[in-house]
Amino acid sequence: MYRTGIEPPERIWWKKVGRHEKVWVWIAFAWCMVLFAMMPLWHLRGGQNPSGIRHRVDPADYQARVLEFVQEYQVGTDNGLPVVEPPPGSDVYLQASQYAWIPVVRLRQGAEYTLHLSSLDVNHGFSLYPLNINFQVVPGYDYGLRVVPNEPGEFHVMCNEFCGIGHHLMIGKIIVVPDDAAAEGGAGPGGDR
Amino acid sequence: MNPFRSCPTTGLKVHRTADQLIKANAVVATVALLVGGIAALLVLLTRWEAVLLLEAEMFYRMLTVHGMNMLIFFIIFFEMAVLYFASAVLLNCRVPAPKIGWVAFVLMVVGTLMVEWTMWTGRADVLFTSYVPLRAHPLFYLGVILFAVGALTVVGHFFAIITVARKEKAYEGSLPLVTYGALTAAAIAAVTLLHGAIIYIPTFLWSLDMMNVDPQMYRLIWWGLGHSSQQINVAAMVAIWYLLGAFTVGAVVLNEKVSRTAFVLYVLFISMASAHHLLVDPGMGPSWKVWNTSYFMYMAVLASMIHGFTVPAGTELGMRLRGATQGLFGWLKRAPWGDPGFSSLVFSIVVFGFVGGITGVTFGTEQINIIAHNTLRIPGHFHATVVSGTAMAFMGITYYVIPLIFRREIAFYRLARIQPYLFAIGMLIFSMAMTFAGTFGVPRRHWDIGFNQALFQPEFSPAVNLIIGVMAVGGLIAIVGGAIYIVVTVVSVFFGRKMAADDSGLGATGRGLPPGITNPPRALKPEDKEALGPSGRLGPVPGTMVLVLIFLAAFITYYFVNWKLLSFLWEVG
Repeated sequence: MYRTGIEPPERIWWKKVGRHEKVWVWIAFAWCMVLFAMMPLWHLRGGQNPSGIRHRVDPADYQARVLEFVQEYQVGTDNGLPVVEPPPGSDVYLQASQYAWIPVVRLRQGAEYTLHLSSLDVNHGFSLYPLNINFQVVPGYDYGLRVVPNEPGEFHVMCNEFCGIGHHLMIGKIIVVPDDAAAEGGAGPGGDR
Repeated sequence: MNPFRSCPTTGLKVHRTADQLIKANAVVATVALLVGGIAALLVLLTRWEAVLLLEAEMFYRMLTVHGMNMLIFFIIFFEMAVLYFASAVLLNCRVPAPKIGWVAFVLMVVGTLMVEWTMWTGRADVLFTSYVPLRAHPLFYLGVILFAVGALTVVGHFFAIITVARKEKAYEGSLPLVTYGALTAAAIAAVTLLHGAIIYIPTFLWSLDMMNVDPQMYRLIWWGLGHSSQQINVAAMVAIWYLLGAFTVGAVVLNEKVSRTAFVLYVLFISMASAHHLLVDPGMGPSWKVWNTSYFMYMAVLASMIHGFTVPAGTELGMRLRGATQGLFGWLKRAPWGDPGFSSLVFSIVVFGFVGGITGVTFGTEQINIIAHNTLRIPGHFHATVVSGTAMAFMGITYYVIPLIFRREIAFYRLARIQPYLFAIGMLIFSMAMTFAGTFGVPRRHWDIGFNQALFQPEFSPAVNLIIGVMAVGGLIAIVGGAIYIVVTVVSVFFGRKMAADDSGLGATGRGLPPGITNPPRALKPEDKEALGPSGRLGPVPGTMVLVLIFLAAFITYYFVNWKLLSFLWEVG
């Protein structure tokens, strides 16, 4: 005899499950296992993982490291921000603070870099537009992500974690120069203006 | 005076204190909904670039007000009312400690007022999440702590009511499924509010410069409150699904074991939910992320997929047993679509499952989160779950609580009948448009995506403007639906036609009462099952079987499309 959900059932309600209900539970369970397996699988086979090299860093130390990085590789300025062009394979340091991403970075298509993200003050969000690659930037933590830009172009870094009244002003820039142009030593799109 | 009154409609004994506590909590919940709703309108008209109503500072302030009032004050006050209803009312039992009930209520109200004061006076422009080291006035944190302590007391009181009911043999057999579901919601609430205390107490001390709080640790524990509390909403919502099904069409429980085990699955892995927000954070490694974001291998997702089957299946079977046996979907055709309780139930299940559930599980995948984190896809997801799902279910049950508890007829009943349609369709358009805009990388919590006066001006594709416009239209429709809900409930509760003490409402026509009350589903007899005959290949609930398979197909498609989108990106790792 069936009951509604507001009537108390008898004391022992641990009863045999109908065949069709059981089938659905097993289908759902199997799908859940697929959902779970996809994550480790992508770590093995996929190219996009948020693993990174992660460690704590003092904001002052990080700021000093960014400054050193800028001095070493600066090639120009853009809207008052330093433009840096680090060699392929190097570590790139991007600094988030209210309300700027420093510096502007020029990368080479197809080359691998380790992109470090950290904040000097509050939480910020790294959002690479228009690719829609997003990472959380937390003060006191260095997030080092291995990246390989796969297409040339001018990309913007939006802040997508609320960081204060000037949140919407916080836009940075990453320029990716094409492989061939880089080989000839010429400036790609989005070079010094 | 007799501490109990007898309900002429259901025959249940209702303790007067329970009556009053339900009313008080429901009224405050509605006020919070009104405040949050006004903020919603202002926020919406600002994010709609064509209007850009508020200045930046006011926008973030109203966004804070919107989040706190909707996600904390409205939802939790309403849930307190649900806890009293599911225990004292459904179990025919007394409230053992009326004074504690009122102390808890006052604590929650005082906490709420403190938070409201700091927000409205610009002392807490830190948004709902108040991520350290963004700093709010100490009273903001203290208010949240008082509120949480009050709510925790109600949860304790709820457990006490159930214990007393059991001891005094107020009911026979086991707890009804609805109460069982509310019990799991309460268990989750206890864990969640504890996380709240663990994080807000140090944060309060930090705001007084008495200690340090690590920003990553804050995010970890805060989301133990912030996301796990959404599981209170889910469990409470599912309990209300069973309740609305019972009231409107006499939905049956296919198998108590399956439904109850699914509820338990929600409780077991609840603290892991925090991980959903930390998938692209620097503080944790991949194995922690994979394990936690999946709630121990997606066992909470399994629970929701089970309820997503058992609730419609119970509805289908309940109707088939009462004679709606034609074809696959004859029962849906004969369903009481004009009953606001029933339409709310259907919309709540469909939008929660198809939009909220599918998107949420997909974004909660460690790697896919890279293309979703902090974009509009996130609020798109949770407006489909907590608004179209939970709030919609709460609205539906209100149309039964007003006559059953407040003993009033529903004012503007015709308007009440279309309210769920307006609200659900508006929210559906709104949340789908938001999700879609997010796939273009449009950030959430952002005053101006035109980036006026910024150093660089990234330009969104013109499609984004269109999608944001659609989002705004959907949002406005939903706000109209929400406003109708508030007007209907406030007018009914304070000025609605009173029902006499012995007025059951049975058989009434033309009055402001939903059909589940005037013409309730008849009690089932053993012959009904025989009359149904043997079931076909798709089993006793063939319609539901087809519906869940469509759901699964949509889920699989959306999930793998997202992996495909991810694979086009730069290699990153």
